[in-house]
Parts: sequence; C-alpha cells; structure tokens
Amino acid sequence: MAAAVGSLRFRLTKRFGTKTVLDDFALEVRGRELITLLGPSGCGKSTALNLLAGLLEPTAGEIWLDETRIDALPPERRGFGMVFQNYALFPHLTVRDNVAFGLELRRRPRAEIGERVGRMLDLVQLGGFESRFPSQLSGGQQQRVAIARALVIEPRVLLLDEPLSNLDAKLRLEMRAEIKRLHADLGLTAIYVTHDQAEALSLSDRVVVLRDGRAMQTGTPADIHDRPGNLFVADFMGYRNLLPVTVTAVEPDGRVLAEAAGLTLHGRATGPLAVGRSAVAAVRPEDLVATDEPAGVNILRGCVRLTEYLGREHDLEVALASGLILRARVATPVGVGATVSLRVAPERVVMLAAEDSAPP
Amino acid sequence: MKALFVLPSVIYLLIMFVYPFGYGIFASLHPKSGGFSVANYAAFLLDPWQARTLWVTASIAVPITVLTVLLAVVVAYTMRRGIRFERAVTTALVLPIALGTVLVAEGINGFYGPKGWFNQLLLVAGVAEPSRLTHNYTGVMIALFVQHFPFCFLMLLGYISGVDPTLEQSARVLGARPWAVFRRVLWPLIAPGVAVAFALVFVMNFGVFPSAVLVGQPAGATRTVAIAAYQAAFEHYDMPMASAIAVVMGGCQLAGLAVILFLRQRMPATGVATVGAGKR
Repeated sequence: MAAAVGSLRFRLTKRFGTKTVLDDFALEVRGRELITLLGPSGCGKSTALNLLAGLLEPTAGEIWLDETRIDALPPERRGFGMVFQNYALFPHLTVRDNVAFGLELRRRPRAEIGERVGRMLDLVQLGGFESRFPSQLSGGQQQRVAIARALVIEPRVLLLDEPLSNLDAKLRLEMRAEIKRLHADLGLTAIYVTHDQAEALSLSDRVVVLRDGRAMQTGTPADIHDRPGNLFVADFMGYRNLLPVTVTAVEPDGRVLAEAAGLTLHGRATGPLAVGRSAVAAVRPEDLVATDEPAGVNILRGCVRLTEYLGREHDLEVALASGLILRARVATPVGVGATVSLRVAPERVVMLAAEDSAPP
Repeated sequence: MKALFVLPSVIYLLIMFVYPFGYGIFASLHPKSGGFSVANYAAFLLDPWQARTLWVTASIAVPITVLTVLLAVVVAYTMRRGIRFERAVTTALVLPIALGTVLVAEGINGFYGPKGWFNQLLLVAGVAEPSRLTHNYTGVMIALFVQHFPFCFLMLLGYISGVDPTLEQSARVLGARPWAVFRRVLWPLIAPGVAVAFALVFVMNFGVFPSAVLVGQPAGATRTVAIAAYQAAFEHYDMPMASAIAVVMGGCQLAGLAVILFLRQRMPATGVATVGAGKR
C-alpha cells in the first residue's frame, strides 16, 4: 500500500456559547507520527479531533495539511480516516460493504475495491468475515472493521477517538498492540485521543496533555511520564503524592532541596523554582520503598491506615506525623496500624511550582 | 397460572374485535333476501356506482399517504438534531390530533372555504378567480393531511433521531456528501420505519369518513367506501349489505398492508437493531 504521509499544522479555538472548549490550541504533527491527545473528559480532546475531521466548525483558527489550508473544506473532502469510540459501523451493511463504503464513494473500479477490501480485512485479521453484519461480530472484531474501513481509503491522516474504551481489559491490550503494529507497518500520520495514560504512553511518538482546552505539556511519553512540567500533568500521570514543601536550595545541577513539617526532601526540578517559595514534591506510590532507617533525607515515616491487596503488590495509605496522607506501593504485606519508614530516591522526586488553583 | 394474566386481553380482543368482525362477515353472507350467498358482494362489486367508491377511496388514500409520509420524512429529517423553538413547533404540529376530526374540518371550511381567509388573501394578492378548495377532492386531501401529518411526523422523528449521529459523521469523513449520506446510510436505516408509518397512515386514509362528508363532496367526487357502507346501513337499513361493503374495505386495507409489509421484509435494515430509544 502506498504510504500516505501528511503533516498537519493547526491552531484552533472553539467556543460553545460562552464556554471555551478549546483555547488557541496549536500543534504540529509530523508525517508518520502518532500523536496522542491525553486528558480527562471535558478537556477538549474530542472536540479537537472533530474540528480536524470537519465535523465541527472552529470559532477561530486554521488547519494546514502539508501545504494546503483545509479548515474550510467539508469532512468528505479532507481525505481523513476516522475511528469512533462506538465504532459507528453501518448496521445495514456487511463487513465487506462497510469497508468498501469509502472506495465506492471514490468510484474505484469494482475489481480494485474487491482486492483492496480483501487485503485490508486480511491485515486486520478478519478474512472470512466478509458477509457478516456488524451485529454478528464481537466488540473487538467490530473495532477491527472500523479500523479497516478508515484505512482502506489510504487516509492522509488517521484520527482515532478513544477507539479502545468500549473494549474489555484483555481485548484492549490486544487491540492496542494491533494499532501499534498497523501504525508501524503502514507509516501513518495519526492523532489518537484517549483519557488512558497507559494507552498514550505505549502507543505514542508524542503526547499532548490537555486541560480545559489548553495544552499543558507536549513531549515524548518518557518526558510526560518522568518529567511532568506542572502539577496537573504530574497528578494525571500517576504522581499520587503531592506534598506541599518549601524550597530551601536550588543547586546548579538542577537538584532541589526542600522542607516540610518534619521532612527534608531532595528532588529535581522540571522548571524554574526559587528558594523560599512554596512548591510541591510529586512522588509516585511505586517509587516509595520500605526501609529500616527511622529518619533522614527522603525518608517518610508514618502509620499505616489502610491496605489494599493488588495481587503482586500492596497499596498502603500512610498517615505522616504532620497529618499528610501518603500513598505507597510495597511488595510485602504490612498490617494496619503498623509504623513504616519509606524512602524515595532523589531522582524520583519531582519538584514543581505550586499552583494558585488546586489540582483537580 | 401465567395464562391467566393473558385472559383479560384475550377477552377484550374477543368481545371488541373478533366477535364484531366475525359477525360482520357472517352477516354479509346472509343477504336480506334470505339464504346464504355472496350476493351482497356481487351486488356491490358489479354496481358501477358502488364499485366506483373503491377507486375514489384509493385515489384519495394513496396520493395523500405518499404526500404525508414524504413531507413528514423531510420535516423530521431537518429536525433530527433539534431546531430553535422546537417545543413550540412540535406543539403546533401535534395540535390537530388533539382537536378531533370535526373541529379540524370546520376549521378547514372556514379557512379554505369560498369566503375564507385563504381566498380573501388570494383576492388581495390579485388572484381574480381563486380556485375552489373545499367540498371537493382537494378539501378532503387537505383535511386528511392536517389530521395525519402530525402522527406520521412524530413517529418518523422518533425513528430518524434515534439513528446514531456518529453513523452520519463517519459516512461524511469517508467521503459522502450530505445527499449520499441520506441515500446510503440514513434512508436504508429508517426505511422499515417509514414503511410502518406509511402502512398506518394508508389504513387511516382508506377508512376516511367524516372528512369526506364534512369537507368533501359525499354524493360525488369523494363518495368513499365508508360512505357507501354508511348509506347501506343507515339510509337503506341493509345491514348485511353494509357488512359486505365493510368487509371489502377491510380487505383492501389488508391488501395494502400486505404489499407494504412484503416490501419492508426485503429492506436491508429490517430486523437490524439500528434505532435507539428515540429523540435524545
């Protein structure tokens, strides 16, 4: 299949009445890149996708595909492929006719349509299902048809709107790998919308974290995961412990020393921090390790209030002397009421500027 | 035990439907002249003045059903995602159902009659000889449209707005212009529903009686089957004959239903779960 390369540049604002859903959101998607728009519901990620597809009209802004401005084109003339959360298969058409739909509209010769549909169904491992109707397929199979239908027209850009969120956990992992494989094989430019951070990390070349219609951080999955630029991204990416601290020193190598009631924490900054200012130390539960030392730098000691068995590990809710609640994930079981010491490596503590508004 | 719960509805059906229907057929086969014969049917179908009522009824019922359903599809389609002042518009459209046939007929006589507002307006607009719109074929067509459009519209709005909007969106993205979306996606999905609406409106139109009398020309152009049956029963006091006419009328309605349901069976989306719970 001739690989379709499209680079996409856009800057978009969308208001519904007085509510701003997308606030001057700008992005450049390189050819063959898979970029994820990640954020909680209501952050504007699906709106962005619908604007790109032409299903909504932007309040302001422009969209450029390679060297052509396309924001005035109706959806049918953009040449995009789109995969919907609920699959949106045509229930009155067979699998074959669903996949052939876009090619028929393009008036391709019958023989070519048959050949391309067959090849695409083989690619998504649905050979032999041509005559079935969507209602006769499982959720995973329906999603494969939806992907085949979007890909068979060789779209310049593929848009995916939470394509895995209606699938059960096991199938979701399988389809995630499948999408990754298809993207690698076909060399597509793709924009993937999800609220699932694991999906975003595993699939993407780059991730954009959105909040209230604005990009909070754009970067590689490792950037977003290890170096969150602000409290919102840290919170969203699983830094469940956000400890208020005061910065005591910022060293030239980026190390930050901070203190809170009874605590001394060393960490690293992802942005500028000033000595004497309040900050937040972000720590993932899984980066806390049980230790014997009762006190010291980066040692947190408290009383276990709640434990949750997770199979391989145990989630602990630990009340520190200062009253702060800490969440930790440890390998060995600890009883409720026990006192534990937990240590976190300085490179695992992210020091972030405190925000005026509390994280959601 | 469970069968007992069905009993009330079975009794109701027997008393209110099966018995009168069976009695009608039985009566129609026992002409006034005595004996057991199909003489009533022969008399009705062989008398040109009587048999003509079938043609008259069909020539009213078929075109007005087509027109009503067509317009209802168009209006419901444009309103499928909601419009401004929707509640007011829907109320206005549905009002005729609540008013009843006679009041609507009086209204039509008043508005479209020779001295009615409609003709007055035409006169003001400079139309020298406004056409006659009531007490003829046109009058009945108007009355039937006003009565049955709301019903048909509401039914189709339910079907059309129940179709998942992402189906239209995905068709657009795949390259379909709005008309192609309608023809290839929306129409096939709602066609079984449209067939049901068509069948019901057709049956109601074929049985037209009050409108044919009140705004039609019951002695001539709009002498429908129902009027013929009425005259047999209450002007000639020939119940068996009236029954025979009623049975013929019922047969025509059933034949119409059969044709429509046969066509519906052959539609690709029949039996496919496509339609959700209705509007939003």
